Amino acid sequence: MRLTRLLAVAHKEVLQIVRDARSLIIVVLMPAVLVLLFGYGVNLDLKGLPVYVLDQDGSQQSQDMLKHFQASEYFHIARVVTGYAELTRALDDGHAKMGIVIPWDFSQRLSDGRPVEVQALVDGSDDNTANVLIGYAQAVVQGYSAQIQIDWLRARGLSIQPAAMSVETRTWYNEDLESSAFIIPGVLALVMSVIGAFLTSLTIAREWERGTMEQLISTPVTAMEIMLGKLAPYFVLGMLDTVISATIAIYWFHVPFRGSWITLMGASALFMVVVLALGFFISVLAKSQFAASQIALLITFLPAFLLSGFLFSIEQMPIALQWITRILPARYYVSALKEIFLKGTPARMLSAELIPLAVFALVLAVVATRSFHKRLE
Amino acid sequence: MPEITNSVEPISVEVANLVKRFGDFVAVDQINLEVRKGEVFGFIGPNGAGKSTTIRMLCGLLKPTSGRAMVAGFDVSKNPEAVRQNIGYMSQKFSLYNDLTVIENLRLFAGLYSVPQNILQSRIEWALTMANLKGQENLITGTLPGGWKQRLALGCAVLHKPPVIFLDEPTSGVDPITRRQFWDLIHQMAEEGVTVFVTTHYMEEAEYCNRLALIFRGKIVALGTPTELKRDSMKGELLLVECAPLGAAVEALQSAPGVMDAAVFGNALHLVVEDAATAMPLLQKFLVDRKIAVSRMEKIRPSLEDVFVSLTTGRDTEERKP
Repeated sequence: MRLTRLLAVAHKEVLQIVRDARSLIIVVLMPAVLVLLFGYGVNLDLKGLPVYVLDQDGSQQSQDMLKHFQASEYFHIARVVTGYAELTRALDDGHAKMGIVIPWDFSQRLSDGRPVEVQALVDGSDDNTANVLIGYAQAVVQGYSAQIQIDWLRARGLSIQPAAMSVETRTWYNEDLESSAFIIPGVLALVMSVIGAFLTSLTIAREWERGTMEQLISTPVTAMEIMLGKLAPYFVLGMLDTVISATIAIYWFHVPFRGSWITLMGASALFMVVVLALGFFISVLAKSQFAASQIALLITFLPAFLLSGFLFSIEQMPIALQWITRILPARYYVSALKEIFLKGTPARMLSAELIPLAVFALVLAVVATRSFHKRLE
Repeated sequence: MPEITNSVEPISVEVANLVKRFGDFVAVDQINLEVRKGEVFGFIGPNGAGKSTTIRMLCGLLKPTSGRAMVAGFDVSKNPEAVRQNIGYMSQKFSLYNDLTVIENLRLFAGLYSVPQNILQSRIEWALTMANLKGQENLITGTLPGGWKQRLALGCAVLHKPPVIFLDEPTSGVDPITRRQFWDLIHQMAEEGVTVFVTTHYMEEAEYCNRLALIFRGKIVALGTPTELKRDSMKGELLLVECAPLGAAVEALQSAPGVMDAAVFGNALHLVVEDAATAMPLLQKFLVDRKIAVSRMEKIRPSLEDVFVSLTTGRDTEERKP
């Protein structure tokens, strides 16, 4: 291997990237766009869900209970309606996610000390949202119910028995349970997949398509020099984009960053090698830019998006899918990112993520090297 | 083998029983040839004859199916990397980087050929001068006219002063004046001792070569200097006939006794006959009998194209026989 030849290829590749507006835009803008898109656009938190209320009682107590709903950040009482039909219509056309019906004898039963039922009509078309709504609604009503019991006891001069048991929760790592903190670190895996696999998948295919490969391989440059020379600039760009994405995540979205930059860059470098080798391999096989870009999207970007645990937690996937995720490098990288960002896990405790990544990097680098020959057949 | 003027020079390209098959198709069929140092060797044939396949094997880009090829002292199958360091190659399709500038392409290939740093600048200067591209260094290659691109491609291919250069149809799609200049460049390099192996399908270009191989359907059908080929390889003799009407004449002559081939050349006919002296009076009568006025009939020296046509039409009819 000769450095002059490797550098000649790398320099040429840099000139081509700089001169090709499209790839330059992808390299510079894409990390920012993706992080902002996912930071603002994807919000798995259910907050301010529209609720319609039919208050048949119209008493002080019913208003009290509704205040409890209003006080919760999960509900937004969008409208108080006067008839049942209006309520069902609102659920039908999607204006309301939940309808609360307070019976006409609500306050009467409460003052009599008799149990009373509040009806909650829930739009179950999105099961996740429905489950969350039901849970939150129960919590609100139980809270209010407990309050009433306490008031009732107090009014009769009875001492308040603390509940026998209660759960004292404390959330770690993502204290505010912000989904952005869960999502944004994973965006780095998407950014790297695009830079690494998508852009590099074009580099070899482009040379075949334009005929420049024939001239290139007629020179003494070796296959290894071509590969390393072509991938080196993309490696640097990928690492640069890692820094850009992480910076936006930390300083703009205030995602907690408890780990070290060195660990982050190390894990990212491993993943970068994986996607670059994969992109190169695709490019060698495809020989046309269009086919290469399609394959690259299909086998790197989509799995990174859907199966890496970036948005959808792997534990909740069907067992078969969970097994499939084990052969996806992105899964290990996303997991490492979350550990590094939210838990501050040091490198020595990331072996479950870093060792598989290193194995993928090694295997794919060998496959990519073997796949490319300086022959026309 | 007739005398070759520079036969004392060492052999720089040697091909023995070279074969290339793609599946059932035999692209190159048992070819043999030798090219000496400083020779301009032309590889002439129609498209699809096997010219590019041969040149690609000689550059180590395709692996020969069988046979042997030595270039600059190295075996192309066993030591393709050593071959590549000692050759310059210009592929048929323009294949420099269109999005780089002239100077960037030159620097790239200087790097790929590991041109030493201390002579880098002088080699690039030399290539720019040779390619007549001085002052155009910063133009984007894609915007250059065809002829300039070809000269730049040649410049890139010879930056490392290779002893052998392979040019695959270097002048296709280039205007005649530029083509002429390009051949001047080729001869300049040959005079400096560079062996030039060049393919073309322009017959008139064949005359620029020191020696030629005519290739047809993967086989070499004739080999020698242009003069030798015109003298020795023609089957039969060539007559030029000026007569009117041409169309009727050519049709009638196809079946005339002793005529092997008849074709229109400009405003006259070229006839291939076995023996000109005996054929001429017979043909004169043959045409007059058919009310065709003959204004001129004489034996002429064949052009390379005549030679090529006579060699290949023979093969065509032979192959058509069951």
